[in-house]
Order: sequence, then structure tokens, then C-alpha cells
Amino acid sequence: MYIGWNVLKALWITFRRFVETYIDDLKWLFKKGFGKRYTPETLPVRQHPLTKRGIFTVQYPQERLPLPERFRGFPFLVYDDETGKLRCTACGTCVRVCPPQCIWIVRATDPQTGKPLREPAEFYVDISICMNCGFCAEFCPFDAIKMGHEIEIAAFDRADLLLDLEKLRRPVSYDAQIHPTDYAQEQGRKGE
Amino acid sequence: MATEQTLESIPGIITHLQERFPDAVQPAPAPYQGAIVARDRLVEVATYLRDELEYRYLSNVTAVDYPQPVNGMPPCFDVVYHFFQSRGGPLTLHVQADRENPVVPSLAPLFPSALFQEREAWDLMGVRFEGHPDLRRILLWEGFDGHPLRKNWKEVYYEEEHKPFSSRFPEGRPVPAESRSPFGDNLRYPPGWSPRDWRPLVDVWGYAPHDELARQENPDHPADRVVLNMGPHHPSTHGVLRLLATLEGERIVKLEPMMGFLHRCHEKIGERNTWWGNIPYTDRLDYVCCMTNELPYVLAVEKLLGIEPPPRAQYIRVIMSEFTRFLNHAVSVGFMCNDMGVYFTVMLYALEEREHILDLFEMVSGSRLMSNYMRFGGVAHDMSEEAVALARALAFERLPRVVDMVDQYLTENEIFKARTVGVGVLPPEMAVAYGCTGPMLRGSGIPYDVRRAEPYAAYDELDFDIITAPEGDVYARYLVRLGEMRQSLRILQQALNRLPDGPIMAGKKSATLKVPAGEAYGRIEAPKGELGFYVVSDGGPNPYRYHIRAPSFVNLGVMEPICQGHLIADVVIILASVDITLGEVDR
Repeated sequence: MYIGWNVLKALWITFRRFVETYIDDLKWLFKKGFGKRYTPETLPVRQHPLTKRGIFTVQYPQERLPLPERFRGFPFLVYDDETGKLRCTACGTCVRVCPPQCIWIVRATDPQTGKPLREPAEFYVDISICMNCGFCAEFCPFDAIKMGHEIEIAAFDRADLLLDLEKLRRPVSYDAQIHPTDYAQEQGRKGE
Repeated sequence: MATEQTLESIPGIITHLQERFPDAVQPAPAPYQGAIVARDRLVEVATYLRDELEYRYLSNVTAVDYPQPVNGMPPCFDVVYHFFQSRGGPLTLHVQADRENPVVPSLAPLFPSALFQEREAWDLMGVRFEGHPDLRRILLWEGFDGHPLRKNWKEVYYEEEHKPFSSRFPEGRPVPAESRSPFGDNLRYPPGWSPRDWRPLVDVWGYAPHDELARQENPDHPADRVVLNMGPHHPSTHGVLRLLATLEGERIVKLEPMMGFLHRCHEKIGERNTWWGNIPYTDRLDYVCCMTNELPYVLAVEKLLGIEPPPRAQYIRVIMSEFTRFLNHAVSVGFMCNDMGVYFTVMLYALEEREHILDLFEMVSGSRLMSNYMRFGGVAHDMSEEAVALARALAFERLPRVVDMVDQYLTENEIFKARTVGVGVLPPEMAVAYGCTGPMLRGSGIPYDVRRAEPYAAYDELDFDIITAPEGDVYARYLVRLGEMRQSLRILQQALNRLPDGPIMAGKKSATLKVPAGEAYGRIEAPKGELGFYVVSDGGPNPYRYHIRAPSFVNLGVMEPICQGHLIADVVIILASVDITLGEVDR
């Protein structure tokens, strides 16, 4: 008794969306050929809020959505391509701002004089605790720590999630590649 | 006698109260706001506030522990009440309770909104509220030792009083947390309490009043009454919420929401953390709307710091809040349909739009859900050209079509109306008394909106309507949500058109931020209602007290009265129309 005109109208909306997926598939088939809809190149069209029609599923392991430049993965430490020297000076700012306190640093000391040096001897980030907030990168006064774009980090052992200095090192060129705008701004700041 | 003039401002009202109750009320000393009320006269003062001065809305009840004198406050438990009128800032009342035997008269008989909040203060702080009808623990279980928000209470992995922990630098070597306290040592029971003697199924878990009720016979209804547990693992409780109900046939006689399954003592974490460090934690409260969780905390701390963000940051805050509101209402309507049996259709349509908004959040802040975007004095990053273009595409073209589609789909739908009209009616007086906010309150016909009552960010420059619906039922709440989605788009369109250029931060960010001593209550109109953060600073790098007034938690208090007499199938829909997120309820 409640089935009325407006219920049919609602069903019409669902039906239209159902048919739309097939129409869109056929359009791609006739314009571009078989299987051309589901390629990485068509992702921007299929995902754009104004151009997308029909099914918008991303077939994840085969195709991946591009990560925006500002995406915050896990922190890494930047070193110079040529000299291999880390930018980090072991000042401890990232340790102080890290909300879950997942960063540990041992400051290096000069073996002869015993004085503390401006570089880390050991650097640990426990990414099983890290909450990807990005404060370490934001507050770093030397642009030495950045948020990476690595997201597939599953491990069999918790110890594998404790990254040490070796696992945290990335070259500047890698940073320039994933953060082009930020890198250009950084170079601009240095030029001044 | 006070004139109309003096009653307009908070200091005027405090002066008036002081004249009216000369031996009970005195203004709070310097870094504190509001007034200190004598413990035994509190009920009298609160009754006068409610009946004569129109302070009908008790927003927030909490307590602060002062083992030592801090900011000129003597050693005590300071119970803090925030009252509101229909306009303007909070009237803060402080009541000092004895440190050894903290007892305060309960305001729950006057303001039912204190029912849950006083239980929470008892649970976490151990302040006893005399006259409260049902003072039990609410978030923790009976076998929990002590009251965790007291300053002398220490957690299992306790390292230091405040972050940053000195074990990390300059000689920091990692220690896995589980190696520090092996399994088995991290449980501590109250003295004289043993899990063996505990009879959980009889009284402690709340069955006793229900069993009592079930034994009574109703002459009009021949069948036995049944006690029914809904949840904690039930798909339509939107998380882990347990509803304990006594049924007569299929109708609810008594219903009690029981929560705390997701409790992680967010407030204790907040007191250990630095001021900055709390911003990403707030994202984990209401995990559906991340951006609006950060805003009230940032506003509260900005009040203490005395800084004002630049106009561009204000507009970006508005844009992010309104996208969050749209997202939350779309998802809320979608999930309500899911609970109703319109499986997945509306919900997936809503989630599709949510994806686009989350893409925008990811582009702007770097993360889809845990955005960590607001900063003291501005926002973290500027909106790029690309992000503005996406926001314009959404606000001007895509999302208006979506609202129209939802409207066409549901508003006149006969099945939808059959399930929602007249269900779960919340009368306006009850909505105010129980402290309901957001679409719950406006769905009962009361045009109260924090964006108008106490404008923040750039809302005073933007043009929008407050949507109300008079009926107070589930359908009215749906209509309010739908209308608010339209108003959100209207605000977004204005804000994007007027988005000014300029800096996005006031001043420089400093990693070691110290906040001047004092107290502040920052509140915003979050999609679910009034979200308030009460912070107390002792001038140090960490909050002295950090309390969250969660709209979901307070709105849930009205579940029992509005469900009474309804079918068990309607409880699901009423719960969906209250729109809770358990991350925020349990904190």
C-alpha cells in the first residue's frame, strides 16, 4: 500500500545509474576499442568529479591512484646525492614535536675530543607507532626530514617496522621527484 | 537591582549574580573566567540562572584536579559548568570540591544534560555528585582501579609526566612498548575487588533495573517482558555501542545506551602531550569529520594565546568545515537508509561523493581522514590552484546535483516516510534540557546554531540560513540535514568566490609553544552538534586540563526518552538519526 509514485521515481534513479554504466562502457568500446577503459591513462577521466560516468572502481594492485604531492606517508631522511651527507644535524626538534614519540636519535660524538657533533649517530623511527602527522617534516629547520609516498609497508615481524638510519636514507633527487613544488620553493628560499 | 544593560554581557551577569547571592557567588580570580559558586548554594544559583536569566542550556560539565595550587586555584577538585543563552559566550561557573572527599550537588534534576556528563566526571575524575539518580561509571568498567584523570594516577606504560620524553634524545635507543610491561602485569584491580567474586551479569553491567522491570507485570499486556541486548557488535549501532532494552512485546519500556568500548582516555593522552601534539589526536575523535574536530581545539588555544588568524586562513577554515558538514550529512543520511533496509544504494551514492571530498582533503592537507590541518593562528598549508579548482568543481557543479538526487530519492518516498514520520519525536523543551545540539535540536524547531550564536572563523561575513523543522521526529532531522547540505554549498560558493589572498598563518610556528595561563572554552557547530574543547593552561608547554564536550555523547543521553514506546526496529532508525560516532562518544 505504500508503493507509490515516488517510490517508482526513486527506483528510476537507481535504474538510470545502472544503465549508465553499460552505456559508458559501450562508449569507450566504440571510441577507443576493447579493454581501453581500464588503463592507468584513463584514470583522471574516470575519477574526475565532472567527467566521470558509470563505474569508477579502481582495480587496485593493477592500477593505482596517483598520490597528491602533499601526501604524508612515513618520514625519511634526506641526504645529498653527491657527498652522501645527511642534512640532519641531530638538533632534536622532530623528537620534541612528534606526538606519539616514535623518533629516537643518538647524537654522534667526535671520537677524538668526545664533543657532540652536528650529525646523528643513530636515528630510529618506529613506524608501527608513527601516526603520519607530518610534524617532524613541518618543524624541521633544515628540511632534513620529509614525508615519503611509500604506503605498502606490511611486514611479518614488528622489528621490521623499526626503521634505522640505513632504511631511512633517501637522496635529494628522490625528494625532488615526489615533491616537485615544495622542492622548487625550497630552492627558491635557498637562492635568496 | 540590575538593569537590562548589565545583563547583556557576561561580567554584567556575574555582577548581578553577586548582588543576588552575596554570600554564594564571587568572581573567579584572574586567569579564570566566570564565577566561583559556593558548593551548597549551587542548585539555587543554577535554578535562578535557568528560570530568571534564561540560561537554559548547560553545555558542558567537567572537573579539573588541582593537587597543588595552580594559577591561584587552591588544592581542590574544580567542577566547571558552562551555561549558554541563545547568544554569546559561555557563563562559566566553578565549584570547588574538597580534595579528600569530593562531593558536589548534582545538577542533573535541573538540567538532564548533566546526567551523562556528571557520570563521566565521576568515572574519570572521581567527583561524587550528590542527588544524581544513577551515578555509575560510564566509560570504564567496574573493575578499573582509580580515576584516571586525577593527576596522581599513572598509566601502565608510564614514562614521564609530560612529553617530550627525555629517553628519546640525545641518547635515544628504542624500547618496544610490550617488552616494558609483559602481558599480565598491566592489569590493576581496586583494593578489595576480585574478578572471581564479580557477578557481572546480575547487577554491575546494568541488568538489575531491567530485570526488576521485567518481573513486574503489566495488566494491559499479557506477555512477559524481555530484556534484550542490542550490540556491542551490531551493524546498525555504527560502532561498538550497547543498547540494553526491556521490551514489552516489541515495544521499548526502558532503554539504556552503554558505551566505553572504544575508550582510550583521550583526555589523559592530551594532558601528557604538548599543545601542538594534540592536534593530530583530535582527528581520531569523530573519524567521519576530521577537519571540524581540530577547529574548536585550535580556537580554544587561540583564545589563550590571543592571536587571530589572517583572513585567508579564516576562509579556508570555513571551506574545510563546510565540506566536512556536507560529507557528514551525506554519509549520515546514507547510513540511515542502510539501517532502514535500503541496503547500500543511498549509502554508496553518499560514499562516492565522500571520496571526492576526501580527495580534496588529501590534496590540501596530505591525508584523507587524519588531516592534521588546523594550526594555532592559521592552517598548515595553503590551498593550491589545483585544490581550489577541485573545490569549485565540487561546490558549484557536482554536489548540488547530488543533493537534488538525494532529495528526489528520499524526501517524498512513501516507504521512507512510513518509516520515519512520527518516529522518535523529541519535543523542543526536552531537546534543550538534555543539551541536544546540531540537527537534533534544529529538527525540534529551535533555530540555535553556534555559527550564528557565537560566530567563529569567517561565518559572520557569510550569508546562510539556519534550517529548522518543527516536528522533532526522524523525518524532521532528515529534512534539516538535507537543508543544511544545501546551505553548506551556499556558504562554500560564497567562500570560494571571496577567498582572499594573503598569508595563511599569523606569526611564526614555534616547536616549543608555551601558552599563557588561563582557561578557555572553544566551540564550533560541528556537523553532529556543538563540539567544545575546554582547555586549562598553567603556562607550560602542555595542557593542564584538556576536556572534550562531544556532541555525540551528549545527544545520546536523549535516546531513552525518545525511544520509549517505539518498536525495536525503530530504535535502529532513531539511533541513526541521532547520528553518533563512537570514536567521539567513548573518546
